[in-house]
Amino acid sequence: MRLIAVVLCVVIGLTACRRVDDRVTIRFWAMGREAEVVGELIPQFEREHPGLRVELQQIPWTAAHEKLLTAYAADALPDICQLGNTWVPEFAELNALEPLQPYVDASGIVDQKDYFEGIWDTNVVDGRLYGVPWYVDTRLMFYRKDLLAAAGYDHPPKTWAEWSAAMTAIKRQRGKDTYAILLPLNEFEQLLSLALQQDDPLLRDGRSNLDSPGFRRALGFYAGMFEQGLAPPMSETQISNVWDEFFNGMFVFYVSGPWNIREFRKRAPAHLKDAWGTAPLPGPDGLGAGIAGGTSLVLFRDSPRKAAAWKFVEFLSRPEIQQKFHAEIGDLPPRRSTWEHPELRADPYAAAFRDQLERVKPTPKVLEWERVVQEMRLTSERVVRGGQSQDDAVRALDASVDALLEKRRWVESQRVARMKAAPSESAP
Amino acid sequence: MSAAIRGGVGESRGHALLVHAGLIALTLLSLAPLLWMLSVSFMPAGGASRFPPPLLPSSITLDNYRALFDRIGMGGYFANSALVASAITLLSLLINTMAGYAFAKLRFAGRERIFKLLLAALVIPSQVAMLPLFLMLKQMGLVNSYAGVVVPGLASIFGIFLVRQYARSIPDELIEAARIDGAGEWRIFFRIVLPMLKPVLVTLAIFTFMGSWNDFMWPLIVLTDQTNYTLPVALASLSREHIQDVEMMMAGAVLTVLPVLLLFLMLQRYYIQGLLLGSVKG
Amino acid sequence: MKRSLVAWVFVGPALIVLGVFFGLPVFAALLLSLTDFDLYALADWRNLRFVGFGNYIELLQTPLFWKSLGNTFYFVIVGVPLSIAVSLGAALLLNAPVARFRAFFRTALFAPVVTTLVAVAVIWRYLFHSSYGLVNWALGHVGIAPIDWLGDPQWAMPTIILLAVWKNFGYNMVIFLAGLQAIPQDLYEAARIDGASRRRQFWHITLPMLGPVLMVVGVITVAGYFQLFAEPYVMTRGDPLQSTVSVLYFMFEEGFRWWNLGRASAVAFLLFLIILAITAAMMRFGRKKGMV
Repeated sequence: MRLIAVVLCVVIGLTACRRVDDRVTIRFWAMGREAEVVGELIPQFEREHPGLRVELQQIPWTAAHEKLLTAYAADALPDICQLGNTWVPEFAELNALEPLQPYVDASGIVDQKDYFEGIWDTNVVDGRLYGVPWYVDTRLMFYRKDLLAAAGYDHPPKTWAEWSAAMTAIKRQRGKDTYAILLPLNEFEQLLSLALQQDDPLLRDGRSNLDSPGFRRALGFYAGMFEQGLAPPMSETQISNVWDEFFNGMFVFYVSGPWNIREFRKRAPAHLKDAWGTAPLPGPDGLGAGIAGGTSLVLFRDSPRKAAAWKFVEFLSRPEIQQKFHAEIGDLPPRRSTWEHPELRADPYAAAFRDQLERVKPTPKVLEWERVVQEMRLTSERVVRGGQSQDDAVRALDASVDALLEKRRWVESQRVARMKAAPSESAP
Repeated sequence: MSAAIRGGVGESRGHALLVHAGLIALTLLSLAPLLWMLSVSFMPAGGASRFPPPLLPSSITLDNYRALFDRIGMGGYFANSALVASAITLLSLLINTMAGYAFAKLRFAGRERIFKLLLAALVIPSQVAMLPLFLMLKQMGLVNSYAGVVVPGLASIFGIFLVRQYARSIPDELIEAARIDGAGEWRIFFRIVLPMLKPVLVTLAIFTFMGSWNDFMWPLIVLTDQTNYTLPVALASLSREHIQDVEMMMAGAVLTVLPVLLLFLMLQRYYIQGLLLGSVKG
Repeated sequence: MKRSLVAWVFVGPALIVLGVFFGLPVFAALLLSLTDFDLYALADWRNLRFVGFGNYIELLQTPLFWKSLGNTFYFVIVGVPLSIAVSLGAALLLNAPVARFRAFFRTALFAPVVTTLVAVAVIWRYLFHSSYGLVNWALGHVGIAPIDWLGDPQWAMPTIILLAVWKNFGYNMVIFLAGLQAIPQDLYEAARIDGASRRRQFWHITLPMLGPVLMVVGVITVAGYFQLFAEPYVMTRGDPLQSTVSVLYFMFEEGFRWWNLGRASAVAFLLFLIILAITAAMMRFGRKKGMV
């Protein structure tokens, strides 16, 4: 018995005697490919800040939202995190995020005026700043210039009407088993982009506004493309390899994001190297708005290492570091000064994104947004694949989103009532 | 089935042929996915995503396994699973056996009523408890720890039931005689009862180990940090990320399935015995 | 008296663990289901409302809940008879006196039961891939066009049913085997002497004698199949078009994806009541037919 105790003590002692590291460890969660690339930048940060260490955890995008909420529920959030900017309002309302305005004001590196306004604004909830944009993201058109020209168009369409006409011409010319456009049914961004181009807001006064003429028009245009056989009713997993199919000519237009600039460049066969391009999204009557997407760097309120974590935020916000990051991964920087770097300035494909970024609109800043957007995606799938009528679908979507927001309306009313009763109580 | 009607050598041979054909067909169906899993795990990356799908590797490579251990850190997940499953098995074995013996042989107030209550509780699916259990463990600071996975599994109604079933067959006279001789209850338990319960203990240990090794939903909920993942949870999260890497996913599947399969092959007699004890003699 | 105290010490740890980590949460789940506990409440408990049976009523008006119920019933109604048929068939084959290498076959047929469900779900996803899967390749040889197993709303649930049957038939097979071996051989002898065909012997001796075993297997399988979760979670995430959302998957999403813990607890209790009702009905039916 005693022998066992002695052995145990030795074992415990040995495990405790690991390399003693008295650097401050910053816990950083990052998602997707960005996590891999940022990992390569960490050694430079650690060299510049000898007392700090960054511990990176990679999380796949498909699990990120759940993991973050679970960590929130379990009081196990990291110090700093890459957060999709549509999630910033959610975590701000949960009181999980540290307001960053004081940090920004004191910082010489993070210069608010240098950032695209629409993007910076996505991080402001109820007048307070909760995140610093890390990279921007939006959706626009990738297209095959040669196939478009063959159908009789020498420039990409600028309005929905032009777009429709071009797609119809393409389909007529190229025949069956090819399509004019690819809109994967597992993605919501395409319908959302079209919806944001309307004048009607998506939500209004805490209620759904999705049965508005604007959204109906967007859904009609979207579903119409499938009805006319211009788009295949498939999700991404059903297409074996999107890039191969693009260069095989399976479709001419593809609404996707900036990461595909690199991918297309990499995978273009030699004879099609200059046969593709990017263009801003057409809108109902002229170039249209897009999603003000991207991710931000946020600090969590309960972190005991906020000052150290902020140093990492500053590091990642330096224009030359952003340039390095962009060179590695193709994500677009949120600072105008970074865009001035010769490489980005001269990039013909990025130019369309630069243009689109001036016309991006934020999504509604509600806690339930992630869920609302899932409902929207399901609605589009039901209409396109499930055969549900657009009218039924819109009304069902409107009702379910209304129901989703009911608690929010109640909480809001409670907050108003409490403020009226005790006006000295500070807002959360 | 019934005894063969011997209407002649030809007929019974035809019958035997049918029976064996059926068994072989079923066996093939049973084992084919597992064999394919093994085969693909040795294929080079991208080897399985071809048409027609290959049955055997064009060239046998250990790259997938190496990638699992070096890049993905499967070794850590394996260790987590081993640690958690062992802890649950050892601790719950003790707790369940003590309780099962008590329900079978020791008298105390309300013994039968409490046991009936436990049996009734078997009907409640465990998922009902999961949500509040998560909140409770969060208050106790046990979320995202091995303890959080282990603690709810420390006692199992099925285990107690199994032990009780078996313990009832221990002759009362044996225990009474020991008591008369002045032996304390603990001595009786460790010196007399446990050795007699050995078969059901082995069975219960196998059941518990395999059950906790394969457990998925609860570890998925309570382990928030990737480093603490057990194999099934790691495999599930990997399968979402690396949906294209068939070969590596199959290597991960092999790693997850092999330990329990081997355990079963070695100790199947006990396993099946326990299965029957629990299900038929109810 | 002292003996009684010792008894409590023996039984104590188990009862404490079960009470604290099962009984208490179940009770708490009941309470939770009467509130609208969600992310807002998690952030600030003042945002918690007591809603009585509000969650239950809302659930009964939620289309996705009914869809998940329908999907689960589909799974049970098709899966359970299929599983029992295959298990019984395998047991009959194994029990045939002419069968040789019984131990080997029994082990092989039982192997799927002990494998990890998550691993098997991953394997299944690739086996049933529309372009590179072995299943479509095999079907192609018989002249059947490739089916989009996991992408077509019509075929996704059947794929899951096949997985469940494959994985579990060994378990019930072993139970049936024990039941078959318990049937006295002289019954068959007497029937054979009377000239009864093998099929008649099956219907008039085997099946009736298996009555109690069929009941047990039926109840266990039904109760287990109602708790379908891991397969949709790993293989399909409820897609396509939510055709593989089971009740438990719906509960998991409500509870651990959207953190509507009140609503999710209500789902869990509803599921429990449904399982209880159906298995009670099955037992009553069995008792009437003299199977218990």
